[in-house]
Amino acid sequence: MSEWVIDAEALVKTYKMGEVEVHALRGVSLKVRPGEVLSIMGPSGSGKSTLMNLIGCLDRPSTGSYRLDGEQVSDLSDDELAEIRSRKVGFVFQSFNLLGRQTALANVELPMRYAGVARGRRQRATEALEAVGLGDRLRHRPNELSGGQQQRVAIARALVNSPSIVLADEPTGNLDSKSGDEVMRYLLGLNKDLGTTLVFVTHDPEIAARTKRIVRLFDGEIVEDK
Amino acid sequence: MLSLLNFYEALDSLSSNKLRSALTVLGIVIGVGAVIGIMAVGAGAQNTITGQISSIGTNLLFVLRGGTEDIRNPKPLTIQDAEAIADPFAAPSVVGVAPVLQDTLELSYAGESTFAQSFGVTSSYNSVSNLALSEGEFVSEAHILGRAAVAVIGPDTAETLLGRREGVVGETIRIEGQPFRVIGLMTSRGGSGFGNQDNQVMVPLSTAQTRLMSRGRDRVDMIMVKASSPETVPSADLEIASILRTRHRTPIGSDDFTVFTQEDFLTTAGTITGVLTLFLGGIAGISLLVGGIGIMNIMLVSVTERTREIGLRKAVGARKRDILFQFLTESSLLSLAGGLIGIALGWGLSLIVGAIAAASDTDLTPSVTLDSVLLATLFSAAVGLFFGLYPAKRAADLEPVEALRYE
Repeated sequence: MSEWVIDAEALVKTYKMGEVEVHALRGVSLKVRPGEVLSIMGPSGSGKSTLMNLIGCLDRPSTGSYRLDGEQVSDLSDDELAEIRSRKVGFVFQSFNLLGRQTALANVELPMRYAGVARGRRQRATEALEAVGLGDRLRHRPNELSGGQQQRVAIARALVNSPSIVLADEPTGNLDSKSGDEVMRYLLGLNKDLGTTLVFVTHDPEIAARTKRIVRLFDGEIVEDK
Repeated sequence: MLSLLNFYEALDSLSSNKLRSALTVLGIVIGVGAVIGIMAVGAGAQNTITGQISSIGTNLLFVLRGGTEDIRNPKPLTIQDAEAIADPFAAPSVVGVAPVLQDTLELSYAGESTFAQSFGVTSSYNSVSNLALSEGEFVSEAHILGRAAVAVIGPDTAETLLGRREGVVGETIRIEGQPFRVIGLMTSRGGSGFGNQDNQVMVPLSTAQTRLMSRGRDRVDMIMVKASSPETVPSADLEIASILRTRHRTPIGSDDFTVFTQEDFLTTAGTITGVLTLFLGGIAGISLLVGGIGIMNIMLVSVTERTREIGLRKAVGARKRDILFQFLTESSLLSLAGGLIGIALGWGLSLIVGAIAAASDTDLTPSVTLDSVLLATLFSAAVGLFFGLYPAKRAADLEPVEALRYE
C-alpha cells in the first residue's frame, strides 16, 4: 500500500459557461493517508463539490495530477474511470440515490455487478447490510424504509466492494438529528473497524467536529488544513 | 455484461409503467401483424392461382396470334395451322392439338341469365385440357360435322341457370338467344371470380364459327397443344414455332405468333402476386417503422426521466456499455414482445380472412409461412435495436457529474 491514498497535486478545474470561464478549483494540493477521516468544508461555490467529484473520479481535472491509491487517474478514459470507481471509491449522497424499484439487497449488489463479481454477491450484500444493522430489512424497497435506514443501505452499497475511500456528500443533510447521528456512528465505525479512509463534504460544523482533520476551501483554494 | 439479470431488470423497469409500455408495443404489434397477415394472404393467393393454372394440364402450350409489338399485320391462326401442328412427323413431341374460339357470351334459361366464358372446341379439346365430365358426353366429331347445337357446361353455370349441379343433361339452354341442348357437365376444377373455370360453356367449333362467334374463314383464337410429357414441352415449343414460321412465311426474329407454356403462365402469375404481396407488405412495413419511432420516443423520455439513476449507476462503476446494454435490452424487449404478439395477431387475421373466403366460396387459404414469421421476428428485433440505439447511446454518454446533479 502506498503512503498516500489521496495524492492530489495542483488540481485546477475550469468550466466554460458560455463565454465566461469559471475557475472552480485554482490549484488544490491535498494528501491523505490511508485510514484518515477528514472533512472538506466551505461555503457554496467554494469548489468543494468539484473537489469531491475529482477525488471520486467522477470527473477529470483540467490540469494537475491526482493519484488514488498510487494509481495515476487524472488522464484516464471514461470507462477506465468507471472501473476505478467501482473498485476504489464508495459514495454516500445527501439524497441517498437508491434504485426505488429494487430491494435493499439488489441495491447493495449493484456495484458488485458492475465490478464483474460473479460469485457470492448475495452473501456479501447480506453481510454488508447486517454490518449497518439492516439484517432484517434485506427484501425491503427504499419506500418501505425510513430516511436513516435508506442512508444505511447507501452506506452498505458504498462498502460492499471494499473501496479505498468512501466519499460522503452531506450524508446527514436530509435526516433528522437522531438518524443523522446514527448514520455518522456507522460511518465512523467503519473507519475504526475496517480502516476505510473517510472524506466528508459538508458545511455542517457538527460533522466536521467529529473528524480529526478539517480542510477549508474558499474560492477554489485551500485556506485552512488542520 | 448481458445476463439474465439485465433481462429481469429491463422487464421490471418496463412493467413499472405498464400502460406506456403497452401502447409502445402496440405500434409494433400492428406493424408486424399487418406484415404477417398480408404475406399469408399473398401466399394463399399464389397457391390458389398456381393450383388453378396447374389444373388445366401440366404439359400444355398455348399458341396465340401476334408477336412482339412491332410486328405489323400478323397472320391469323387457322384450323389449318392446327392441323399442321398435329402432324406427327413435323411435330413428334406433340400428342394433341385443340384449336379454340373464345368469347364471353350470354346464356339464359327460363328467365335466368348469366355471362360465361364460351369456347368453340373440337373433340380433341377434352383430352388436351384434361377436362373431365361428371355426366353426359363431350363434343364429338359427329357434332362438329353436323354443326350441332349442343353444349357442355360447367357446374357453376349449371347452378346459376338451372339451380342444380347434377341431372342437367337433356335440358335446353339458350346461348345468345339460340337454343342449345346440354350434352355434358364438367366436374368442378375449383376456381372463383374472374376467369372461373367452373363457369364455362363449350360448343362445337363449327357451330361457334357459324352461329356464335363470327370470325374470318377458318380462323381460331388460340391453339392449345399438348406435349407428350412435361420434359418435351421445350421441344414442342420449337417444333410449333418452326411449323408456323414456314406456314406464315415470317422472317426470322419476327414471329407473328406467340407460344406460351404452362411454365410461362406460372412464372407470370407468380411474379404478379409476388409483386403485389411485396407492395402491400411494404406498406405494412411502414407501420412497423412508425412503431419503431414510437419506441425511440418512449426510450428518449425514459432516459431523461432516469438521468439520476444513470448518474448513480455510473458513480458505482457502470461503464458506458453497461448503460448501453441496459437500455438496448429494454427497447429490444419492447419490440420483440410486439413482434411475438404481432405474429399471433397476423396469424389470427389470416385465419379470419380464410374463414371469410370459405364462407363466400372463394378458394383462398392464407398460409403463414415460417419465412414470414422469422422475417417478422428478426425485423422487429432489428427495429428495437435500431431505434433503441440512439436513446441508449445518449444515456451511455451522460456525464456522471451532470447526471447526478439532474433534478
